[in-house]
Amino acid sequence: MRHVLSALVQNVPGVLAHIAGMLASRGYNIESLAVGETEHPNLSRMTFVVVGDDRVLEQVRKQLEKIVTVVRVDDISSQDYVERDLMLLKVHATARGTRSEIRELVEIFRGKIVDVGEEELMIEISGRESKLEAFIERMRPYGILELVRTGRIAMVRGRGLRRKDDAADSPPRYDGFARRGA
Amino acid sequence: MTSARTATPTGVMSGADIVVQSLVNHGVEVVFAYPGGASMPLHQSLVRYADRIRTVLPRHEQGGGFAAQGYARSTGRPGVCMATSGPGATNLVTAIADAKMDSIPLIAITGQVPTKNIGTDAFQETPIVEVCRGITKHHYLVTNIHDLPRVMREAFYIATTGRPGPVLIDLPKDVQLDTAAVDWDVPMDLPGYDVESRKAAPEQIKQIAAAIKLSRRPVIYAGGGIISAGASEELRRFAHKTGIPVALTVMGLGAFPSDDPLCLDMLGMHGSVYANWAVRDCDLLLALGVRFDDRVTGKVEAFARHAKIVHIDIDPSELNKNKEAHIPVCSDVKYALTELNRIVEPKPEIEPWVRQCQEWKAQYPFRYDEQFDGILQQHAIAELSRLTADRKTIITVGVGQHQMWAAQFYKFRHPRRWLSSSGLGSMGFGLPAALGAQVAHPDALVVDIDGDGSFLMNIQELATCYCESLPVKVLLLNNQHLGMVVQWEDRFMQGVRAHTYLGPVHHAEARGQGRGPYVEERYPDFVTIAKGFGCGAASIRRKADLVPALEEMIRYQGPYVLDVEVPYQEHVLPMIPSGKTVDDMILE
Repeated sequence: MRHVLSALVQNVPGVLAHIAGMLASRGYNIESLAVGETEHPNLSRMTFVVVGDDRVLEQVRKQLEKIVTVVRVDDISSQDYVERDLMLLKVHATARGTRSEIRELVEIFRGKIVDVGEEELMIEISGRESKLEAFIERMRPYGILELVRTGRIAMVRGRGLRRKDDAADSPPRYDGFARRGA
Repeated sequence: MTSARTATPTGVMSGADIVVQSLVNHGVEVVFAYPGGASMPLHQSLVRYADRIRTVLPRHEQGGGFAAQGYARSTGRPGVCMATSGPGATNLVTAIADAKMDSIPLIAITGQVPTKNIGTDAFQETPIVEVCRGITKHHYLVTNIHDLPRVMREAFYIATTGRPGPVLIDLPKDVQLDTAAVDWDVPMDLPGYDVESRKAAPEQIKQIAAAIKLSRRPVIYAGGGIISAGASEELRRFAHKTGIPVALTVMGLGAFPSDDPLCLDMLGMHGSVYANWAVRDCDLLLALGVRFDDRVTGKVEAFARHAKIVHIDIDPSELNKNKEAHIPVCSDVKYALTELNRIVEPKPEIEPWVRQCQEWKAQYPFRYDEQFDGILQQHAIAELSRLTADRKTIITVGVGQHQMWAAQFYKFRHPRRWLSSSGLGSMGFGLPAALGAQVAHPDALVVDIDGDGSFLMNIQELATCYCESLPVKVLLLNNQHLGMVVQWEDRFMQGVRAHTYLGPVHHAEARGQGRGPYVEERYPDFVTIAKGFGCGAASIRRKADLVPALEEMIRYQGPYVLDVEVPYQEHVLPMIPSGKTVDDMILE
């Protein structure tokens, strides 16, 4: 199963290397990772897309939280959130007819043409992964010359994060007695 | 320990002085430090502070790291080791990884090339923080002298709180030489590190008590977390109040007295029959400060198969990691036991179960061939245990057969008297750990029970023992082989000797064609080596010589090596083969 983890980390040298190293050495499968500064200059936000069952997810989260420079980690998959990928795509476009077809598609997908060359167009598009995938499929027949995507970023709607389980600040709530039959 | 005193020099200080003053402020009384180009300013400062802090010069940085661990493991206070950049720093790596695996508070300080040279592949430059990221609890590369007081404070706090562990501080030479005005009260900046509040909730305590009440065949499985938490007394009270028997991990030995009728001794691969059977048949497993290591569980799905599992640990990532618990509780185990002790009630109804465990214990004790005409390893350890029973004795070990036999046959009654590289299993641990423990406990008898393979890995520390007047004793169980690997060769690889004989390669034993229980020609001459280092030494082979030789070793004023010639065919039993279950236990 796919999960989106959102981690707040201290903005110090080596924190990305530390997290990447931990994930690699414990063999966790990360589909996407995006890092950037936040509104707070001392903190960065990392968004992970992790594939695994609940038990793997629990371990990934706990191992992340164990890193001293990681301030908190939330699995936001179960909450109402907005997620976006950003993509830049260069497509082959010479003939006038092709160009207008592509422009139309870009409009439908609410993208932007950001550079026009003699034989190609550069397009900027953002949105959910499925939308980006669909757009890539539409562009394929014209000839994709180059493609770059960021990792996934995500944010919970409304007032913000609810935590299912405040393991970092208080002991995890007991949740297992019924699981295997008391 | 973690609260820095404020009545310390203010005004302008060098980086090196800030570090050393900070060590003094944190109650450090000794550092194990080997100098080099990039750490010279630190050593110059240590000379200035010689009246407040002892500097022990090990003969290898790895020895220094293990010595600092010996200090930490035997006192519970953080151990401090220091090395120069590059090879000095990389020589500390094994000791750092070892401290991480066994949750030992260790502060490792390394010199680094000047900041302007970092990243240029300068002479003796290693990116030691990069190397150690995965094997430290935390790490710092300090590039600004103004960060130093805060980093030192954080380092001690992180190393000693929550689940303890090693913290590495990498210090470029120019930062050591730089000067700055010092604010000792600088706050820590650790927004992601909150371990103080890890205490079981009242409803969790009630759930555990209810599970105990319902159980008919409960067992306690206690480990190093009890010792880290200083909870031995609470564990004893808990076991006595409820009457529940206690099995211990190799890290937990000493957490519960071995002469207590409720003690089932060690469990796991080379654990006792009775501990492993008790865990097999229990209906409630109280796992306290443990991590369900594969050497304990064997095949993890089959471990405590019929039991409800309560797991209390201060590290939340240990809960449900290897084995899913029915009641996982993230808590300081001392707090949880104190709370439990308030509400648990005596359980007379488990008496038949306890009697069953004790019958197994009487029927299947750890045993060896007492008729053997010579000295068996187990016999030597049992005799040492008997001779030192009524004096403060700290035992350290290397890794291998002798380590397991020491765990089986030495009777530990107190915590922090058994120092063993248990998680990482680092050969060469015994001698340096012993000297570190001796520094902390000048009044104690410190004995390194070692194998000849492990001993040779850090034998240079005999020089440290002699030069620093540390009267460490080495009981060398010398079988001329890597005994544990030989045992696996015998059991699982048709006895093919693959580089497990430690003598010259042309000897018959090197090909597994030795005759008789002993090797024909011994190598090296450990008595001559020990004497060359200035230590007392003797070699024995006859059984009748054992007790007088042990007595002589104990009596000797300085460091001493007792070389005991032992056979190499002896196997550590019982044994649950790796990845197998308790039902596959080998008894013969």
